[in-house]
Amino acid sequence: MTDLRLRPRDLPRPRDLPIVRPAGTMSDPGPRGKFGDHGGRYVPESLVAACQEVEDAFRDAWSDPGFRGSLATLLAVHAGRPTALTPAWRLSAELGITLLLKREDLAHTGSHKINNVLGQALLATRMGRTRLLAETGAGQHGVATATAAALLGLSATVFMGERDVERQALNVFRMRVLGAEVVPVGTGSRTLKDATSEAMRHWVTCVDDAYYCMGSVVGPHPYPWMVREFQRVIGEEARGQCATELRTGVPDYVVACVGGGSNAAGTFAGFADTAAQFVGVEAAGGAGATEGRTGVLHGFRSRFLQDDDGQITEAESIAAGLDYPGVGPEHAYLRDLGRARYVTVTDAEVVDAALRLARTEGILPALESAHAVAWVIRAAESGELPPGATVLLTLSGRGDKDTATLMELV
Amino acid sequence: MGLLEIHLRQRREAGRALLMPYLTGAITGDWVDYLRAFVDAGADAIEIGLPFSDPTLDGATIQEASHVALSRGASVRAILAGLSGLELGVPLVASTYQNLVLHDGPEAFCGALRTAGVDGLIVADLPLEEADEVEQAAADAGVDLALLASPATPPPRLAAIARRSRGFVYAVSLMGTTGERAALSASATTLAGQLCESTDRPVLLGFGISTPDQAAQAIRTADGVVVGAAIMRRILDGASPADVGAYLAAMRQALDQEREPAS
Repeated sequence: MTDLRLRPRDLPRPRDLPIVRPAGTMSDPGPRGKFGDHGGRYVPESLVAACQEVEDAFRDAWSDPGFRGSLATLLAVHAGRPTALTPAWRLSAELGITLLLKREDLAHTGSHKINNVLGQALLATRMGRTRLLAETGAGQHGVATATAAALLGLSATVFMGERDVERQALNVFRMRVLGAEVVPVGTGSRTLKDATSEAMRHWVTCVDDAYYCMGSVVGPHPYPWMVREFQRVIGEEARGQCATELRTGVPDYVVACVGGGSNAAGTFAGFADTAAQFVGVEAAGGAGATEGRTGVLHGFRSRFLQDDDGQITEAESIAAGLDYPGVGPEHAYLRDLGRARYVTVTDAEVVDAALRLARTEGILPALESAHAVAWVIRAAESGELPPGATVLLTLSGRGDKDTATLMELV
Repeated sequence: MGLLEIHLRQRREAGRALLMPYLTGAITGDWVDYLRAFVDAGADAIEIGLPFSDPTLDGATIQEASHVALSRGASVRAILAGLSGLELGVPLVASTYQNLVLHDGPEAFCGALRTAGVDGLIVADLPLEEADEVEQAAADAGVDLALLASPATPPPRLAAIARRSRGFVYAVSLMGTTGERAALSASATTLAGQLCESTDRPVLLGFGISTPDQAAQAIRTADGVVVGAAIMRRILDGASPADVGAYLAAMRQALDQEREPAS
């Protein structure tokens, strides 16, 4: 597993890695990629074959112990997995609950995004592609994509809204240092929504040599499913760690922030067969699951923020990573089923929560992840979380990227 | 067979190459005048874009046109109201994205098209696998749902698309978005040829057709052409209905000349 002479193109064949085949909710959505009424593949005809090719390649790879072993190796030696499960001692005492933090902020590049990107980049090489395309909002997925491309010797083109290019200059620089081309997108709201549209437009023109590396559990089938599977590692590790850490073995609550919803989906997937209650926390200004209505955008059917005429409206959040007007189709389905509930917190609550976690635990979370912390604080203080409740919270990323924002506010 | 397809077949059988210009609905205050200019210039059908905030299959020109129209307050309701009772003498084909079809539900949407006198529908992000619900609603309302085929579509799937499409089959000439191009792509001829072999439904070639020469070249294999971005760029640059009419008339003439020796 930890062969130090490892070269990316020369990954070791794995030993007998178990292949988990889940059943029931959060399993294979089938050839149509349906999560209840949501999901599907609403793409122009020109992209149908490309999506099918990705699906076929993923199905083949995901049932291949060789692929799984290579990915597990990269996740270990490059991304630094497994990530720690940290009991939040002091905050737990203040809130009267047991709060455990799944530390995706410790993963390489600073967030859970690397889990998905390593999986997709490895898949791209398996498909013979030489170039990765990606969209990015805050730049975390873009940086992760640029990283994986560098690691596997691929080129990368990252589409990013002009507004985000201005707001996230540090991440733009990181991507360029890593060798990626960053394409500013000047259409529409000039943020993540438009960067995604532009990446899809570009993909149509180069399906034969480029692989579209989607950053969240959104997009046409198989992306929502595939990205969830690549993020499942969060939930599976946490499941094992909770079994050791908690007397009950399984937490009462599993909480994560939701933009598109990839860290939440990966975390929930590890607990799908338990009685743990799932809570997805959205930004008050970007609450696709909470306030959206049924629609189709970027290749999938789900819940989207839209006006009375059916035009998609802008999401607005202090956390750029949650600035997406929709939510992954599986989240819309989990909500329909009542298996997960979705709540919102305000920017002010988020900033307070980030600072409180920093001062009680010595961990400065990304503002995205601080949404989950904010809800736990509110729910514990209001009594919505019963005293003594056990809570697993996925801390999806670290707050370094947000220091400029915080400096203006604190 | 719906009215749109009957009309297109009749014109084709009369030896005419089909010309379907496109207009983004409510692009200007006098947008309906462009439709009249299209008819006067020899359009056989007209495609009306119902603008969507996130048009992922459209290039820069139609994105901008959609944005301009929406900024002017365009909506499905307002555009359909503007079309009601126009009696242009050629069928209208609405073209949009699935989010707008779903908004009030496919049945209400297709019903509204029918009420406004629209005979056909194109939904850019609705491939075969997802089409059932809209297909049924369109059929019930007497609206022809035209499907798109692309150069990446494998032959068995092309046949299925041609079979289920109504009105005509929209052959997407190239792997890319809408927008003007310097030349007709090689993939255009191949695709149109494959489609015409597998169906007798009218085949209209679109995406990138900008000049009379390209249009004439296109109808050597296809039954007709769709012209969109080339028109919308002119309008965005300030062209009047008469200006656009003159541009289309030149295209009409090139199409008629191309057909002449055969008829």
